Amino acid sequence: MSALLGKLSWDALPYDPIVITTLCVVAIAACVIAFLVIKNNLLGVLWNDWLTSVDHKRLGVMYIVLAFVMLIRGFADAIMMRLQLALATNGDPGYLPPSHYDQIFTAHGVIMIIFMAMPFMIGLMNIVVPLQIGARDVAFPFLNNLSFWLAVSGAVLVNISLGLGEFAMTGWVAYPPLSGLEYSPGVGVDYYIWALQISGIGTTLTAVNFLVTVFKMRAPGMKLMDMPIFTWTCTWANILIAASFPILTAVLAMLTLDRYLDFHFFTNDGGGNSMMYINLFWAWGHPEVYILVLPAFGIFSEIVSTFTGKRLFGYKSMVWATASISILGFIVWLHHFFTMGSSANVNAFFGIMTMIIAVPTGVKLFNWLFTMYRGRLRVTVPVLWTLGFMVTFTIGGMTGVLLAVPGADYVLHNSLFLIAHFHNTIIGGAVFGYLAGFAFWFPKVMGFHLNVKLGKAAFWCWLVGFFLAFMPLYVLGFLGMTRRLNHTDNPDWNIWLYIAVVGAFVILAGIICQFLQLYVSFRDRKQNLDTTGDPWNGHTLEWATSSPPQFYNFAELPVVSDIDAFTDMKEKGTAYVRKESYAPIHMPKNTMAGIVIGGLITAFGFAMIWHIWWLAIVGLVGSIVTFVVRAYTKDVDYYVQPDEVARIENAHLDNVAKG
Amino acid sequence: MSDHSSEAHSHGSVKSYIVGFIWSVILTAIPFWMVMTEAFDKGPTYITIVVLAIVQIFVHLKYFLHLNFSQQGKLDTYSFIFSAVIIVMVVGLSVWIIYASNAMMM
Repeated sequence: MSALLGKLSWDALPYDPIVITTLCVVAIAACVIAFLVIKNNLLGVLWNDWLTSVDHKRLGVMYIVLAFVMLIRGFADAIMMRLQLALATNGDPGYLPPSHYDQIFTAHGVIMIIFMAMPFMIGLMNIVVPLQIGARDVAFPFLNNLSFWLAVSGAVLVNISLGLGEFAMTGWVAYPPLSGLEYSPGVGVDYYIWALQISGIGTTLTAVNFLVTVFKMRAPGMKLMDMPIFTWTCTWANILIAASFPILTAVLAMLTLDRYLDFHFFTNDGGGNSMMYINLFWAWGHPEVYILVLPAFGIFSEIVSTFTGKRLFGYKSMVWATASISILGFIVWLHHFFTMGSSANVNAFFGIMTMIIAVPTGVKLFNWLFTMYRGRLRVTVPVLWTLGFMVTFTIGGMTGVLLAVPGADYVLHNSLFLIAHFHNTIIGGAVFGYLAGFAFWFPKVMGFHLNVKLGKAAFWCWLVGFFLAFMPLYVLGFLGMTRRLNHTDNPDWNIWLYIAVVGAFVILAGIICQFLQLYVSFRDRKQNLDTTGDPWNGHTLEWATSSPPQFYNFAELPVVSDIDAFTDMKEKGTAYVRKESYAPIHMPKNTMAGIVIGGLITAFGFAMIWHIWWLAIVGLVGSIVTFVVRAYTKDVDYYVQPDEVARIENAHLDNVAKG
Repeated sequence: MSDHSSEAHSHGSVKSYIVGFIWSVILTAIPFWMVMTEAFDKGPTYITIVVLAIVQIFVHLKYFLHLNFSQQGKLDTYSFIFSAVIIVMVVGLSVWIIYASNAMMM
């Protein structure tokens, strides 16, 4: 039996009523979705047009769907924690027992960073970057599809942990020795390891793919210093991924060896040192936060320049500020563990480096302000997110500089002050940025506008909710409340905990508005079509295509001679020109290899977690064989014929002419 | 897709490989000879080995990895330098961090 099922047994099934209820709701929702798909005969569409697609735009949409699904999961965790802390005051145990609560705060962190923010960022990058550089797809379209399925594979493993076994109870950083076999003998940490490992490899492949794309496939005439700023920030983020994710892969591999093969990299005995894990984890973890926030900076830059109708102020300084942040981002990681007790010189060095990062970030903020100065800012939903970001992120940045003082950090580390700080920068910086980008590019991707009223409502709920939920945490940090507490017994803290839970519910209202907005916009899409492809009077090449863009992006590769390439084309009158004839377009064919490999790798990860060795071998060998077979497949491309291109282009140009 | 701009990268000529090979042989033979014959003291031997090894790294980069500062080769060279800088920083600072914290435990 144990050879067949490994550690898996009936005990792995959940007994907690909260978990069982959740699983029932998820099962019902899955049945409803499956029913709707089959009833509307969408199975073929789903498989042929989406799941097996290598089109970067469709993969981007699927990444964002994944991000939204995981946002629901991660936010459910968040609101459960806030409720628990609001109920478990004055010595009351609350409704979440410690073992469950510990899994929730771990899952919340892992999901929000790795499976919500990363897919959201990569989704936007997938959709926009190839369009902005005037390319027809990414350099390796199949690899792009594979990366997506590896990300899904990791997300699936995290979600399986809800129903089978447990998730890690270590916090999202999984420091040994707590995450070692001695103190975490269950499968929780193994779920953590394999979910991160698999999705992390997918992320690395994405970075390689997009670096090759921007370096090799820019439109004719587009020099590096002509690239749109969002593409630039994504490129720096990809450089950071390519340089830092291998560290995560290595450190997780070492933790795996510790847990599976009795190695002693990070154990207390046998010559190991857990500080090595902490060091390596943050050598990845710190660049990771810049990977999240740099593309968001790019989004804000695009939005500010588009909606003021001006060129971005200080384009070059923006690129170099991004470069400085990227490089400095590699030499500050120790500020996550000032209290580890390295020497004063080490702490001083890393403290000063951390403070210096505020300089290029400040350059960016002033560039946005100067772009707005004497511009005519159209206050649309993306602009609201941008303004909200500028205020919120500045506060988060300043508390960051505070924490960069090693002496202050000794007082505040591991307190709720820290929690408030990083939510302030990640929500106020990255998440606001992605939601701004979502509102900005939605009409481009889907072909219709988002409902403005609900968009504004979502923004205000998010903004107000954020301040209500996290400003009290700064206070609680100063009052000495540490993070990851399951229940409290200090009357001074109560009021702030109560305010924070109210804030969480206001954010919930914001998220509901967001989904309502999607529903209402989809329902009324016929009245809100974007027929021009250029709803905001945009500056860059993605607005030169129709909405949604033609599947081949550009009938003829545009020739670029300006940073704001599309504005330049509109001014010169070379936009929307009807061509006499078109050349055939070389395109990649869809493939099911990605989803098959993703499925097999999920089986491999699951089997490794539960020590089902035969299944692990099947999954790993199967996925490698599938990859090799795909690599030797010749029939991977086709040509779009000129008459079809002409038909699609003329239909678009007719629409534009109608307005 | 597939409209990759066709930049013809130089992959070197037979001559450049032979030149690189001869340099590598010379730079390897000298320390080998010094060690085998023990013609010098340990100190100068060590220094020579390290210096010639570093010189050889550059020979390999130039003749075998074709890094150069031409219009086309610049990107490869810069990405190599960037990677090298990041690795030196991350490894170097890690060594410093762990060494210092270890020293505090003593």
